[in-house]
This record gives sequence, structure tokens and C-alpha cells, in this order.
Amino acid sequence: MGLPQAKLDSTEARIAALSPLTGAAWIETAQAGALARLRAMGLPGRRDEYWRYTNPTGLNAPQAAAAAVFSVSDESPIYGNLDTLDIVFRDGVFDAGASDELSLEGVVIERLGEAALADIHWAKDVYGVLEERGQAPVQRPLAALNTAFAHDGILLRATGVVKKPIRFVYLHESETSDAMLHHVIKVEEGAELTVLENGPAAARFNKVMEVEVADKAAFHHIRAQGRDHERQAVTHIFARLGAESLFKSFTMTANGVMTRNEAVIELTGNDASAHIAGVALGDGDFHHDDTVFVTHDAVNCESRQVFKKVLRNGATGVFQGKILVKAGAQKTDGYQISQALLLDDNAQFLAKPELEIYADDVACSHGSTSGALDEDALFYLRARGVPRSEATDMLTLAFLAEAIDEIAAAEIAAEILDRLEGWLARRRG
Amino acid sequence: MLEIKNLQVKLEEEDKQILKGVDLTVEPGSVHAIMGPNGSGKSTLSYVLSGRGGYEVTGGSAMLDGEDLLEMEPEERAAAGLFLAFQYPVEIPGVGNMTFLRTAVNAQRKARGEEEISAADFLKLVRAKAKTLKIDADMLKRPVNTGFSGGEKKRNEILQMAMLEPKMCILDETDSGLDVDAMKLVSEGVNALRDGKRGFVVITHYQRLLDHIKPDVVHIMAAGRIVKTGGPELALEVEQNGYADILAEFA
Repeated sequence: MGLPQAKLDSTEARIAALSPLTGAAWIETAQAGALARLRAMGLPGRRDEYWRYTNPTGLNAPQAAAAAVFSVSDESPIYGNLDTLDIVFRDGVFDAGASDELSLEGVVIERLGEAALADIHWAKDVYGVLEERGQAPVQRPLAALNTAFAHDGILLRATGVVKKPIRFVYLHESETSDAMLHHVIKVEEGAELTVLENGPAAARFNKVMEVEVADKAAFHHIRAQGRDHERQAVTHIFARLGAESLFKSFTMTANGVMTRNEAVIELTGNDASAHIAGVALGDGDFHHDDTVFVTHDAVNCESRQVFKKVLRNGATGVFQGKILVKAGAQKTDGYQISQALLLDDNAQFLAKPELEIYADDVACSHGSTSGALDEDALFYLRARGVPRSEATDMLTLAFLAEAIDEIAAAEIAAEILDRLEGWLARRRG
Repeated sequence: MLEIKNLQVKLEEEDKQILKGVDLTVEPGSVHAIMGPNGSGKSTLSYVLSGRGGYEVTGGSAMLDGEDLLEMEPEERAAAGLFLAFQYPVEIPGVGNMTFLRTAVNAQRKARGEEEISAADFLKLVRAKAKTLKIDADMLKRPVNTGFSGGEKKRNEILQMAMLEPKMCILDETDSGLDVDAMKLVSEGVNALRDGKRGFVVITHYQRLLDHIKPDVVHIMAAGRIVKTGGPELALEVEQNGYADILAEFA
């Protein structure tokens, strides 16, 4: 069955001005495969099942809409108290001068553009491979677009326990920037790696991160998407987990007219654990969509999805989360919670939790709620002398606590909490 | 210190008058007990004084040391020295008990123009006070009232009272849900706060709490009014004969 003409047209219009990164046969094959996938799927449309709540028009358009650069001068940089290896991108382009030397014990760091020139490279088994695996049963055309046309990105191959976090810093400096980044991460058996990301990146940002977590390996990911109001972003994380491995990803999003974060996690080795969590804070023109798909394809694995949103003044939050337990994935422990705190009547939360289970010895639970602050709790705090605004913030942070608790490192959790407190405090009144 | 005159209150949502002219004066250092049958308006009185929403004051006044309570926000009433020990303390998952206590203490100090208490001093103080109420470190660490037993919740209320050192304490059925030992513990906590200046209003259904917290004055409330006032012997009379005889006098 062919695609509707409108989809064909919009897809061709989007790619008309794009050219793939030049490289060796392995990457050109991956790019060609992705382009063929994209053409077969077409860009997303409002009638697509997974795009009912989020309008992809701005993400599809041939030109990125202009987005004013949001500058914060009165605020210390996030993760400022941490010792990190920084890799800086300005509007989606690697900046060697602003970055640290790409050298750290236990991990090999390369730029995509350089790795692409190598005739033989380990990334061949990951680049576009996990993305392609994630295209069924739900299509993710914007990820295929990225695989086909991304020019920059970082390749990380961790072979040991990496002592300090690697941080991607995404600076947005041009009002019309349209950036694509494709990162590939491989955490080898027994290795441990933490990747931090922060910043809005560009007026429009399309990012894919493919993560292969080998047996007994651990990968931690903590992301702060920046407080840029007008920027648009679509991001995908594709992860494949080996036996006894750990994958933890946490995202904080404050502001942004359009954010679609997809996470596609596959547990393929026994006793693996995957946690995906996020907090999103929206005030005004804000649309935030978390779309998560966790596939259990091994025995005795655990997965958690914890997503919390605080919305007001016209903000919209979306959660589409699925747990798929394949036949034979016995002893699966799956948990999913999505909750929205609606601070006024002019905010909305759209949730689509899904469970699909083909094994008979599993425990899966899910819950989704949206509501206002608990008036009884608010009165209780005020009756003890805590002013309304402070009490509201306390209860809001308490609401977010379950998601923040998903951050394993206490010092990173403290940085995130500090940001959240700041965001709330600026909106007191 | 607390002066309530002809207080009339109805529910905001429906046309139902709850308090129909309550008069009550509590002098510094005294303990007043309010007893009365269910639905007489005892809890409503405590909520209206502390500023809970949902009620409309249709007449009368309530002053604390000359300040008009009814004009203030709940947090302002707390800073002015009013404390309500809740009948049903609220569970607040995600807020640590210790954080809550410290925030409350410092918010009140700030509102009164006093310096905030240091973390070290606070810790010392809270530990000492918690110990006398048999509140262990674990209870201080846990989220506010979350998963607490009935007795733990009430002890936690008294701990807050001890930390906040209010001028005027209202205890709303603090004995409900308590076993004999817990009631003794809670009463000892309250008695420790009797210093000749602090005023208390103890709302209860039963005489037995008043065996532990000895009142100076006992009021009987019925149908939104205080219908009889007397000494401690009035509570004994209620215990022996119920409310029927007293209420019959006013029927």
C-alpha cells in the first residue's frame, strides 16, 4: 500500500536540501537503509496512532521555525559542581575549542565524522541498527531521518568503569539553527558510564542516541533540556540491554514549545533492569510528549517508567508508554506511572498507558493520574505557618520526588532539584 | 488572649449554618475543654479559627491578643501564635518530616521578623523534644505522617506544637484513635507545654482525656452554640449522664 501523496510530498520536501555525511561503506549503507525506511514510512502525520496528541508539523517542515535564544545570565551553570568531561556543540556543531580533550580512562571518545571514515568500525553494529530495530511495531520516521542525514555526533565505547561523567553541552546561539546529532554508545561487559546532557541545542533539534549495554554493564543518563521557550526538539533513545545490565535515564524538561522524547528500550538479556524517568515543567506555550516503549524479551527483567509533569497556563503534557512482554519473558517486573499536576484549569494532560503481555508469570502495574494540588495538604502546611507559595512549591517537589529518586547519583540529583526549585521560585506570585 | 464573640459560620457550598453565635474567652495559661455531641460544631470552630477554606463567617469576631484572626491567612494565624492539632493529621508523601518541621519553624520566625534557626540548633532541639514524645529518628526521616499509625500521627502533632511554641493551642479530638498508653504520652506532651501563659482549647468527646489534661473550664457545645459552662465537674457529669440531661435544660 502506497503512502498518501501528502506524506510523500512532505517527506521529499524535508529531505530535498539535506545530504548525508560522507564516509566509508558501513555508514553509507546504514544511511541508505535509513533513507529507504524513511521513504517507506513517510514523515509522521496527525492521523498516525502515535501522533494524535502531538502535532509534528513543525518537526517535519523543510525549514525550522525561528526560535529566540533564551539567555540566562543570573543563574549558575547546571552541573557546575560536578567534575565532568565536557563536549560542546554550538547549534549542533562540535566545538573543539570549547570542549575538553576527548580523552578519558576507560572510554574511547570519537566524533561521528571521523569514525565514519574508518573502513572498519565497531559502530557499524550499532549505528542505525538499534534505530531500525525500534521501528517495529511503532514507526519512528524522524529517527530514520536522523540516521540518514546526521552530520555530527559522538561515539563512546566504554571498556571499564569510567570515573567521571561525560557531558554533552548543547548551546543554542542562532535563532534559525536546525541541528541533527546522532550519538552511538557502547558500554562493554562490566563497564560503567554516565552521560549527562544539557541545553536546548538549536532552534530545532533532532537527536538520536543509540545505546548498547552489554552483559553486566551499567549506563546512566541524565538530561536537562534547557529553559529555552521557543525551541523545538524531537529526541530518540534506542537501547538494547544485555544480561544483568542496568540502564537508567532521567530527563528534566522546563519550557519549550515542542518536545517529543521517545525512548525505545529492549531487554534482551536475563536479569536486566531499565529505568526511564522524567519531569517536565510547563508554563504557558508548552507541549511536552514522552513516548516510551519497553520490550521485555528475557527472563527476570525489571523495568520502571516514572513520568511526572507540572502544567499550567495553557501547557500540554503527553505520555504514551508501553510495556510489551514477549512470550517467554517470565518473571518480568514491569512498572509504569505517569502523573500530571495541573496547577490551574487551563492545562491538559493526555495519557495513553499500554500493557501487552504474552507471558503468564509476570507482574506489571501501571497508573496514570492528573489532578490539582491536595488542598488538605496545602492547608496543613499553611496552618503550620508555611506561606502558600512556599507550601505549593513543597508539594510540587514532593509530587516530582518519585521521578527524581530515579537518579542514582546523589550529587546529580541535587543539581536537578536545585534547578526545579529555581524554576518554581521564579514563578511564585 | 483568645476572644470569640458571637461567631456565626455557615458552609460556603450549601446554605447550612454551623455556628450560631459562639462566645468563648480563653485567658492566658488556662485550659478550656469543649465537649459536645457529634455535629455540634466543635471541629468547625477549630477549622474556622485556623483559617481552613469552605466556611463563610456570617457574623461575630475572633481575636488573638487583639489581632483579628478572621482577617488573616492561615499562615499568618500560625505566625501570630495559633496552633491547631488536627483530628486527622494529613499525610504528605514526598515531604520529609524533618524538612517540614524546619520549614515551618523558620517560616514562622521569618514572619515574626526573627532570625532563622541554624540547622545544628534545630537538630538538637528536635531530637530532644522528639525523645520525650518517644518519636524515633526513623519517624523524623519519614515523609510527613505517611504510613504513621494513629498514635504516631498524634504524637507528631504534639511534636510540631512543641517545636513551634504557639501562644494558643487548639487540640481537636487529639484523643481519637489513641490507646491508653498513647493518650498518656500525648497528654504528658501537652502538659509539658503548660507554662502559665500558653492557652489551650481541648476539644474532646470523652472525660478520660481530661483526666490527663486537667481543664480549668469546661464548655458544652450543642447545635452551634456553647450552651453550658462550668468547672471540671461538668465533664464528669457528661461522662456519667451523657448529654441528654444538659441539653434538655435548653430544649
